[in-house]
Amino acid sequence: MAEHTHAPAATSPAHAVHAVHDEHDHRPHGWRRWVYATNHKDIGTMYLVFAGLMFLIGGSFAMVIRAELFEPGMQLVDPQFFNSMTTMHALFMIFGAVMPAWTGLANWLIPMQIGAPDMALPRLNNLSFWILPFAFTLLFSTLFVPGGAPAGGWTLYAPLMVQTGDAFPMTIFAIHMMGASSILGAINVIVTIMNMRAKGMGLLRMPLFVWTWFITAFLLIAAMPVLAGAVTMLLTDHYFGTTFFTATGGGDPIMFQHIFWFFGHPEVYILILPAFGVVSEIIPTFSRKPLFGYETMVYATASIGFLSFIVWAHHMFVTGIPLAGQLFFMLSTMLIAVPTGVKVFNWTATMYKGSLSFEPPMLFALGFLFMFTIGGFSGLMLALVPADYEYHGTYFVVAHFHYVLVPGAIFAIIGAVYYWLPKWSGKMYDMRLATWHFWLSTVFVNVLFFPQHFLGLAGMPRRIPDYAVQFTDWNMVSSIGGFAFGLSQLLFPYIVLKCLRSGEPATGRVWESAHGLEWELPSPAPYHSWGEPPSEALIARGAAH
Amino acid sequence: MVQKIAPKLAALTALLVSLSPAARAQSGWGEINMPRGVTMISQKIYDLHMLCFWVCVAIGIVVFGVMIYSMVVFRHSKGVVADTTLVHNTRIEVIWTIIPVCILIGVAVPAARTLIQISDTRNPELTIKVIGYQWGWQYQYLESGVSFFSKLDARSNAASQLDSGIDPNTVPNYLRDVDHPLVVPVGTKILLLITADDVIHSWWVPDLGVKMDAIPGYINEAWFAVDADKAGVYRGQCTELCGRGHAFMPIVVDARSKADFNAWLDSEEAAQKPGAPAQATTAAPAGAAPPTPAQLAEASAVR
Amino acid sequence: MAQAHAPDSSKYYLPHNSPWPIFASVSVFTIMLGAVVYLNDWTGLWSIIPGFALLFTMFICWFHTVIGENQHGIYNLQVDRSFRMGMLWFILSEVMFFGAFFGALFYARILAVPWLGGEGVKFFTHFILWPTYEGTWPTNGPAHIGGNAGSFNIVPAFGVPAINTLVLLSSGVTVTIAHHALRQGKRGMLIVFLAATFLLGFTFVGLQAHEYGESYRELGLRLSTGIYGSTFFMLTGFHGLHVTIGATMLVIIWLRVLRGHFTPQRHFAFEAVSWYWHFVDVVWLGLFIFVYWL
Ligand code: HEA
Ligand code: HEA
Ligand code: CUA
Ligand SMILES: [Cu+2]
Repeated sequence: MAEHTHAPAATSPAHAVHAVHDEHDHRPHGWRRWVYATNHKDIGTMYLVFAGLMFLIGGSFAMVIRAELFEPGMQLVDPQFFNSMTTMHALFMIFGAVMPAWTGLANWLIPMQIGAPDMALPRLNNLSFWILPFAFTLLFSTLFVPGGAPAGGWTLYAPLMVQTGDAFPMTIFAIHMMGASSILGAINVIVTIMNMRAKGMGLLRMPLFVWTWFITAFLLIAAMPVLAGAVTMLLTDHYFGTTFFTATGGGDPIMFQHIFWFFGHPEVYILILPAFGVVSEIIPTFSRKPLFGYETMVYATASIGFLSFIVWAHHMFVTGIPLAGQLFFMLSTMLIAVPTGVKVFNWTATMYKGSLSFEPPMLFALGFLFMFTIGGFSGLMLALVPADYEYHGTYFVVAHFHYVLVPGAIFAIIGAVYYWLPKWSGKMYDMRLATWHFWLSTVFVNVLFFPQHFLGLAGMPRRIPDYAVQFTDWNMVSSIGGFAFGLSQLLFPYIVLKCLRSGEPATGRVWESAHGLEWELPSPAPYHSWGEPPSEALIARGAAH
Repeated sequence: MVQKIAPKLAALTALLVSLSPAARAQSGWGEINMPRGVTMISQKIYDLHMLCFWVCVAIGIVVFGVMIYSMVVFRHSKGVVADTTLVHNTRIEVIWTIIPVCILIGVAVPAARTLIQISDTRNPELTIKVIGYQWGWQYQYLESGVSFFSKLDARSNAASQLDSGIDPNTVPNYLRDVDHPLVVPVGTKILLLITADDVIHSWWVPDLGVKMDAIPGYINEAWFAVDADKAGVYRGQCTELCGRGHAFMPIVVDARSKADFNAWLDSEEAAQKPGAPAQATTAAPAGAAPPTPAQLAEASAVR
Repeated sequence: MAQAHAPDSSKYYLPHNSPWPIFASVSVFTIMLGAVVYLNDWTGLWSIIPGFALLFTMFICWFHTVIGENQHGIYNLQVDRSFRMGMLWFILSEVMFFGAFFGALFYARILAVPWLGGEGVKFFTHFILWPTYEGTWPTNGPAHIGGNAGSFNIVPAFGVPAINTLVLLSSGVTVTIAHHALRQGKRGMLIVFLAATFLLGFTFVGLQAHEYGESYRELGLRLSTGIYGSTFFMLTGFHGLHVTIGATMLVIIWLRVLRGHFTPQRHFAFEAVSWYWHFVDVVWLGLFIFVYWL
């Protein structure tokens, strides 16, 4: 598999003494290649496979939810177990599927895109991946302990969370481990971007995927430790008699929510910023036109990152926070629509007067563009405090965040895989099937989540296993959409596996007007991406604008 | 490309059609928008909701319009050549930063106004303490001392057991009925002092435009005044996850004319006089002896 | 930055495949499992020992590898820079971790306790639920949780804590002097001042432990003494843990100095540890001001 067409290995004398046996062409074999991995592509692959697995598991939990909600009355599961499903679904999807998928893509792409041979801290990279399977084993096994899996929602609110049974410390520690993993991953990304860029790859020449991940990594480093602190306080409240979240001791349950959402809101941008990056790569390629307003996009991303730290209490409008707080958080939240809008407009302007074609990556990017915007609109509605008095805690919120998460983040991830898979594997996939994958997903994701707006407005609370009969019809529609959407996703692993097995060989550039350093490498990309730094001419040719 | 948005267009059309009150039928299909409600606040919220909705629709039409236009007109397959010089234009970027800001201000102003009204809990005519617990509500009428629990009604409860074999459709107001509704007078500013005993709950009745978390150890305030001509029964639910019974702690507010209310209150008071076993004792947090009317009056003065 | 004798910076060192990261994951997992079974009352506290044993083994092995590679001169300046940056961002994440607990302290002092005591917007909270409670700091809450029969005393700022402040601040000075000595190649001075630094660090930990004993035995101040005890012990406890870790790392660095591992130009490990030490120092200042003093 190894390519010999590319520049030979860089060997300093020291390498020759010590590290020669795993140079380019001598990649390690067998299980050691994966378990002891230090190669960014191997680690990236493991991240992506892991994320896919977690998506299937988290999606299966969602199927239990949708099946129970198919009609009123309790048919399948106990209410407590239902709540566990809701909680586990969200934890698996957010921490198990989307975040690792982004880290996997970062691993695969960032070194290639900035002209580096690998990530800056390869062993740390291995560590940050290999924490995850253990963390999720721990979390998954809560399903089988006395008291059942955590059932307090992914937001883990005190004091309800403290009522969890034996699963309680397991959940907390699993979250600690996930947090550690993503902090280490983020450190690696930042250091790679700051220290490993090839000469000539100025900051404002970096592809937007690199930029968005750079900012995401800052958010991770600032937000994840706060989550660790919050769950640590939960733990000590439960076992060691502290009273952070208990009024009788002078604490406040709402304090947990402040700390949680100080993490939680940046977290949702952690999930979406890399998606912005992916879309900013795909749309120009298939519009055959450079990205409109590259610098503005960078600044918009940075402002979103900044704003995301001062809006957290919009999740707490009905907890009785003081009026001044409500006003401040309402206004700061609404402000986020401005830089996000700039992004949407710039993408649109990129398409305008372009020359568009609709290969699968572009389809998923366009799906993202439309449906993320819809999710953003409902976000804006939620930001209005008086209206949130009616929306909060209902399916309207569920509809909002699934629009930004599923046709938002998930579509962008799928689009990214369809965009770069030929580069990674050296093979083309079945575009016709992938187009089917897109259309089925798009139709059913709307059947699944659009009616949830109606349900919420009509008064259906979220996190309930059973509901009043007037909500039946739209729940049935939604469940049918859910099953169909879930089944459609099975196409994805099929397409990828088929590609790896028997895909036609892909060219180096893959897409005729793709720009960026990764497209200057052969397909499949060599094991150590840029053993020899790319020339400045190459960088200038690949520059995003 | 048109198919791409077809489902959304269809849903949107459905939404628009159903906005006419006539279309909001009994069937679940009609229930797709927020109720206007029966209080001044709930109506303002509804108006704000619709304002923001239409603003989004308008922006959506413009933005999606340009996208769809581009997708239809600038197609590679039609031989269109891209204008690669179009990469930057400071003026237009400034414009599309400023316009959204203006739109947002236009929405924020009415929102802030309504919010300030919602927060104004001064000068109530009736004060009710609401205590959430796993899983039900307790109501204490502070001025008169009347107090009772309110739980899911027995028929819903039976039908909602796992594999109960009872069709929920045969149960009137399935999951939305209680044994003991909260009775209030119309045309009266009612202050709710909301708290909880164990975990966080949230007291929500859509038609009243009230949703407020019930937090153990703290008291949140909310108020409503049902329009004088809107006597009736209004239903809601707990909206903060509170454990296994979260779906099963509905709220029913029975708004009556002032005269009817007073009659009801008198009879309750008589029934709950010392001697008659008081219903309410266990669920209130520490220090829960309700304040006397005199203390309450003093409280309004202090604030 | 460019040092003439350093390996070529344009080539990047790509490390071996390594067993230590997975070893680390397994160790962490083992610790977590041990803690889970302990907290769920299935075993005693001993169950966390195997995990920690693994962890220490892992650290020794991993550091051994890295130090060995470093001594062989495999790392170039770029690698050095990666390590430095990695350490800085790691410290930033630690700052945010402490930030969560400081946030809890400020929230309790500025909002929650005054609300319970009847100040600010939550009028009825005090009026109905806690009419007799005076929301003054320090407090163990309206129900007077924990302490000696509900009451407790606090550690005065200008006693042991002030001494500890001096101890820690002077250790910050000594580590800086040691650093200068290292850069100027003054080995004797380096050894002395580095030793002074960790000795001061351990002195701090000792005094802190003494103070904890005092709090538990005499002041009625415990982890479970309401919100004051919670914030006090969680903040000072995590800080003390970090001081211990930092001082241990200083000892390791000191041993490495004795072996002559560092050159005036290249001493990433030394710098990393001294940054860490300064961070611990700064956090203490915050603690002294907001936990003990104000
Ligand atoms: C990827 C994840 C993601 C993203 C990107 C967003 C984006 C936004 N979210 Fe969302 N949100 C979540 C994930 C996300 N959210 C989740 C998971 C929850 C629930 C958590 C839980 O409780 O479990 C939640 C909940 C949530 C709430 C709390 C609701 C409640 O519980 O009561 C609020 C309230 O303000 C909110 C607002 C917003 C806003 C204003 C944006 C904005 O960023 C959106 C900005 C985008 C646009 C507005 C569209 C494009 C803009 C234009 C075309 C320009 C012109 C537009 C205008 C001028 C209007 N979100
Ligand atoms: C990135 C995050 C993410 C993603 C991708 C999803 C994806 C999905 N979500 Fe999730 N969801 C959340 C994040 C996410 N969700 C969060 C944060 C919450 C809030 C939790 C809380 O309240 O605490 C939530 C809550 C939530 C609820 C509300 C639960 C409640 O309030 O009780 C519902 C209900 O419909 C739901 C449904 C779905 C469905 C049907 C999908 C689908 O898109 C999933 C599709 C995928 C698959 C189905 C897997 C692949 C297919 C197979 C394995 C084949 C087998 C399939 C069949 C048998 C059909 N989600
Ligand atoms: Cu009470 Cu939910
Ligand atoms: Cu948010």
